[in-house]
Amino acid sequence: MPLPTHDTLMKTHPLQGQYPDKNGHFGFYGGRFVGETLMSSLMDLETAWNEAKADPAFMGEFRSMLANYAGRPTPLDFAERLSNHIGGARIYLKREDCAHTGAHKINNVVGQGLLARRMGKKSVIAETGAGQHGVATATIAARFGMSCKVFMGAEDVRRQAPNVLRMRLLGAEVVPVTSGTSTLKDAMNEALRYWVSEVENTFYIIGTVSGPHPYPVMVRDLQRVIGDEARRQMLEQVGRLPDLLVACVGGGSNAMGLFYPFLDDPCAMLGAEAAGEGLDTPHHAASISGGSPGALHGAMTYLLQNDEGQIQEAWSISAGLDYPGVGPEHALLHDLGRVRYEGVTDREAVEAFKLLCKFEGIIPALESSHALAAALKEAAKRPRDQAILVCISGRGDKDLDHITAYMKANNL
Amino acid sequence: MNRIDQTFQTLAAANRKALVAYLTAGDPDFDTSLQILRTACDSGVDVIELGVPFSDPTCDGPVIQVASDRALKAGMSLSKSIRLAAELRKTVSTPIVLFSYYNPLFKYGLERVAKEVQEAGVDGLLVVDLPPEEAGPLTAALAGKEIHLIRLAAPTTKPDRIRMLADGAGGFLYLITRLGVTGTGGLDYADVAKHAAAVKAVCPHPVCLGFGISTGADARALAPVADGLVVGSALVRVIAQAPAGSDIPALVAVKIRELREGLDAR
Repeated sequence: MPLPTHDTLMKTHPLQGQYPDKNGHFGFYGGRFVGETLMSSLMDLETAWNEAKADPAFMGEFRSMLANYAGRPTPLDFAERLSNHIGGARIYLKREDCAHTGAHKINNVVGQGLLARRMGKKSVIAETGAGQHGVATATIAARFGMSCKVFMGAEDVRRQAPNVLRMRLLGAEVVPVTSGTSTLKDAMNEALRYWVSEVENTFYIIGTVSGPHPYPVMVRDLQRVIGDEARRQMLEQVGRLPDLLVACVGGGSNAMGLFYPFLDDPCAMLGAEAAGEGLDTPHHAASISGGSPGALHGAMTYLLQNDEGQIQEAWSISAGLDYPGVGPEHALLHDLGRVRYEGVTDREAVEAFKLLCKFEGIIPALESSHALAAALKEAAKRPRDQAILVCISGRGDKDLDHITAYMKANNL
Repeated sequence: MNRIDQTFQTLAAANRKALVAYLTAGDPDFDTSLQILRTACDSGVDVIELGVPFSDPTCDGPVIQVASDRALKAGMSLSKSIRLAAELRKTVSTPIVLFSYYNPLFKYGLERVAKEVQEAGVDGLLVVDLPPEEAGPLTAALAGKEIHLIRLAAPTTKPDRIRMLADGAGGFLYLITRLGVTGTGGLDYADVAKHAAAVKAVCPHPVCLGFGISTGADARALAPVADGLVVGSALVRVIAQAPAGSDIPALVAVKIRELREGLDAR
């Protein structure tokens, strides 16, 4: 599918502020597909969030913590040597890897942590895949003196050992989840089960633009700082908006955060999904490119599932993208043709990872390497006077053992 | 008249309470599951709640999670669950409620689900992760059919919402007794009784209690405060723990008789 032109975009404008509706629907997607026990808490959370968002003192504290604790704004960085190597469009990097805890996840967690405190909750829980969201949640729990439990698939505990250590150092309890496929989806199942038993005292900090309403819109609102900053930085440093934005999409929070402030601008957008060993194999995690609509973890969205609605195992080298669903707003943006979603294989991601290390001295996360790979392909096709903005959503230190093993096994 | 309504009317006239038995469809396999269901209907169960196995049962505790896995591994699916209901309907008149998560129904096609469950002789659908706000499409698909959409209420549900849920309920209102997922234990009888009384006061339909009810003593304690009790994990556990080669339907029947006696004690 070609990238949408400016004219076709204008038919759906303005997109900002149009979604979701009052029940959390992004067109056909989103909503609240949960057991009745959680409904009251989700409604209370929605009310609390709407009040907090409208409270200048709350938002002032959020901005102040992002600046002084999380280290924002993160840089916008021209990748000159990498751009020269590719020989096409100029590539700019939004450096979320420079944020405290090493990924964009901290933005959302600072906001939800402040909201939990405002609501008087003393304990927080989270699910995590790569461990970045778990580390961010453990970090904010330490900062606010809250108790913290992080649910993590047993397989991911193994793949992401450094982050498990970090969470424990920060005082969080890491709960290995062995049900189902022992990955992110099962961690989220278990977090939901725990939450329903402790719903009155516990704040569930969901790490992506997924889950039941109001999480997708709340997390988007907290992550849009990525795009707001990048838009301002592009205008200040480059004097123009980018022609193309690229971000990786697992649940899709860094992508939603980057894309949202640009939705009504004449900028094309590309979401890089994890194609694992290829979209023509069963081993991928590309819910939009290789899935179909359905309801999971509280939202209607695109899912990897069989003909009878059983959820299928996602597969990716990157634990953070290894999820069989995607945020509902991405599902809508796909259907509207506003964002193109494309698969990037494990191998392509690792090759892009190596290039960024070699040409820019930046070690990106495996998740972000998917975005970079998609951006490099586009850059090669475009002239020098075009600008591509890529979100480097996190740093890759956590992935080093895993990547080294992969390179060895695949002669890379 | 819908078999669920008929059953509750008959029970009320006799001043008796309903025993609603949840069993996972196809656990441990299709044929054994059918035998267990038939035996259950002969052993004092008033309503069968037939659970469609799902890969991600977020509302269920470990016992039903594992049962779901067992059934899926034995090749179970929504279409086969409907076929199991149809087989059961050939020999029993007990009302059957098909219990499911929304995704298998949605993916199968709601119109197709409505048509096939009606043909199978199913009397109600209970979709555990489908609050009324999201139930429009399924309600539309069920229009004109003799199938109730069973609603749930929870300990966290506020009074206004209880009234909304009760008003639109079909068949009976499933009142969740405590926080958490399905599974045994954790009940505070006095708390449950208080909550049940408040809900019954505003609900024009029978109210059945579920979650955590697992013994004859539980049944005896809670029977007076509701119109029926739902037992799931306690029955499913009997299947899970049955020694190899044992007569599983007979073991399940023993547990059902224990619950029945508790329920009928005065």
